Amino acid sequence: MPALWLFITVLVLGLAGFILGRARVMKDADGDIRKLHSLPNYYGSNVMLSAIIPSLGLLVLWLIVQPMIIQANVASHIPTENYADSGALNLLMSDVRRVADGLDIAVSQGALTPHAAQNLTGTDDVRGILGRLGVALGTDVEDDILTAAQEYRIKSNIGGWIMTVAVIAAAILGFAMALKVTNKDHRARNSVEKVVLALLIGAASLAVLTTVGIVFSLIFNTIEFFKLYPAADFFFGTTWAPSFGGGSELGILPLFWGTFYISIISLLVAVPIGLFAAVYLSEYAGPKTRGIAKPLLEVLAGIPTIVYGLFALLTVGPLLVGMFGKDGSFGVNWMQGGSAVITAGLVMGVMLIPFISSLSDDIINSVPQSMRDGSLGLGATKSETIKQVILPAALPGIVGAILLAASRAIGETMIVVLGAGAAARLSMNPFEAMTTVTTRIVSQLTGDADFSSPEALVAFALGMTLFVITLCLNIVALVIVRKYREQYD
Amino acid sequence: MNDMRIVKRDVDMNDIKISAKDVQVYYGDTHAIKDVNVEIKDKTVTAFIGPSGCGKSTFLRCLNRMNDTIDICRVTGKIEIEGEDIYDKRVDPVQLRAKVGMVFQKPNPFPKSIYDNIAYGPRIHGLARSKADLDDIVEKSLRRGAIWNEVKDRLHAPGTGLSGGQQQRLCIARAIATEPEVLLMDEPCSALDPIATAQVEELIDELRENFSVVIVTHSMQQAARVSQKTAFFHLGNLVEYGETGQIFTNPQDPRTESYITGRIG
Repeated sequence: MPALWLFITVLVLGLAGFILGRARVMKDADGDIRKLHSLPNYYGSNVMLSAIIPSLGLLVLWLIVQPMIIQANVASHIPTENYADSGALNLLMSDVRRVADGLDIAVSQGALTPHAAQNLTGTDDVRGILGRLGVALGTDVEDDILTAAQEYRIKSNIGGWIMTVAVIAAAILGFAMALKVTNKDHRARNSVEKVVLALLIGAASLAVLTTVGIVFSLIFNTIEFFKLYPAADFFFGTTWAPSFGGGSELGILPLFWGTFYISIISLLVAVPIGLFAAVYLSEYAGPKTRGIAKPLLEVLAGIPTIVYGLFALLTVGPLLVGMFGKDGSFGVNWMQGGSAVITAGLVMGVMLIPFISSLSDDIINSVPQSMRDGSLGLGATKSETIKQVILPAALPGIVGAILLAASRAIGETMIVVLGAGAAARLSMNPFEAMTTVTTRIVSQLTGDADFSSPEALVAFALGMTLFVITLCLNIVALVIVRKYREQYD
Repeated sequence: MNDMRIVKRDVDMNDIKISAKDVQVYYGDTHAIKDVNVEIKDKTVTAFIGPSGCGKSTFLRCLNRMNDTIDICRVTGKIEIEGEDIYDKRVDPVQLRAKVGMVFQKPNPFPKSIYDNIAYGPRIHGLARSKADLDDIVEKSLRRGAIWNEVKDRLHAPGTGLSGGQQQRLCIARAIATEPEVLLMDEPCSALDPIATAQVEELIDELRENFSVVIVTHSMQQAARVSQKTAFFHLGNLVEYGETGQIFTNPQDPRTESYITGRIG
């Protein structure tokens, strides 16, 4: 039975369990809810959950484990001289699966009888038969692949039947056991709430586990890269010149410099403006202005970064060239094209303003009113109070906000793709095009490079470096913010 | 009430420092202070007593225009300090507050060092011409705040690290450092334990030599212990104002009597 049908069967069983469990307990209590330990629905849910959870768990486990076992089994049919390493074996095995699936389709559509499908040999035109059914194969099917595919079909078939029986048995068993203990004194609510608790814990751990998964996938590929390319050259090389023919120079420094330079410019734009905006909003603006201005400012944070990228490419870049370029209004000819560090930096700065202003505004607001009173009561003016009492008191939190914004700037991709150009160079001139770590990750992975070449794998090393840097920044930011919070609570 | 030490205090014929005439305060639509007339003498401790919400803190905050920082608050009437109307358009509240210092209910040291907390006022008002001058002011203020001996070895430690009573005395020292003429205290001991309270009360008594002190308090014993004049507020009205000894022993108004004997409030 296919997994979908099995799934539906189990659900139907669960639903029946709900109705039966509820009915049984009501009968046990002679229809008087007050005699029950829990509300009737809990008894129904309890039976339903004990029917569904173990059987669906088994189903999922089986669907994951069975192909792995069968694959390992079938792989032994392919002679070892046909493949060089595990990557090549994987390619062969995916051929095997395609052939096996194709044969299944052929049988189900009547192009082949089950018997004929089992007795195909390498001399038959398997590729042709499957091609007519819409299953395209790259090459003619060789004998050992075909044998393996047949083996695969048989084993999957048997496995499928055992799975069906096992899952339904598990569902019925859970159903029966839960129904048996259902009586008016059974603590159904407690068990249902345990399930809910497990669900909540599962949801919470999923995000954490995903992070761990991301880190591991980065780590393995990074290790792979460092096997092919010396780490010292990667971290200290000053040239970034990937060539897909081999012999690339993959030094991170020019990329890192680009990232760093653009981030600095963006922060130089965003920090003062954001901070001033925050001071105005929290200290000077009346409730009406604040009610309008703050959401408006936060709308900026909701604009997709690709839109900022377009803005950089189409508006800010040409505008800057018109000012600093050849025949520009300043007559300085500093800028050759619209894509430059300064273009991306300015636009990214605008993107970061709402971050800094909104976070700082919250932090400034959380400085206790008694600080303001104390300072005003001593005859300080409003601006003296802000400069000398409120901002110093809020400083740790503001620094945290700035660091969070910095880690956004470092990880930002679309604005630099469109605004900063693609040339990797180490230069101090902000009017020159440069490139960043993130854009190089995109271009290294979207190219035609062999996935096991250092030119493609370098993307993971770059990603890992970026991840570590932003992680450190975030941790520092969080520590600072937390330390600050402790001061007033 | 029998533990009160009500002694006959020599209230000299001091000059009038603050005089309030027909003061009304509104918070939005609420009429918080009604027709308050009071004359506060120089070099005297004046206590404002009354049940919660009676307007005594509000009135206190009128005296240095701290209510200006509350948007919905409106003050009418006339308050004069040494004959000068403080609600006159020409008066800058910032200058006024330098003259009329304030100590708050909760100790609120700035998150700076002890030294910088005290030096804050003198610095913004430019009272010190040199570093040595400033050191002098800081030491003098801390001595007058009766906290010098406890903090002289750690002037550069954060003020927030002191105990509650020390913090409050630090705040009093901070308020004195700007050389105000009047010191307003809004329940300065309500967050303190009895020992710290006793220290602060002793300090208030000493401050009387140099300043006119107005103190809002919930504790009638405290009012009796530290003040020479007492004003009793009830529901926004100034019910009775007179010498402390007289208010506590021979109140004229039945409401005052009910309050000090514990029947209302």
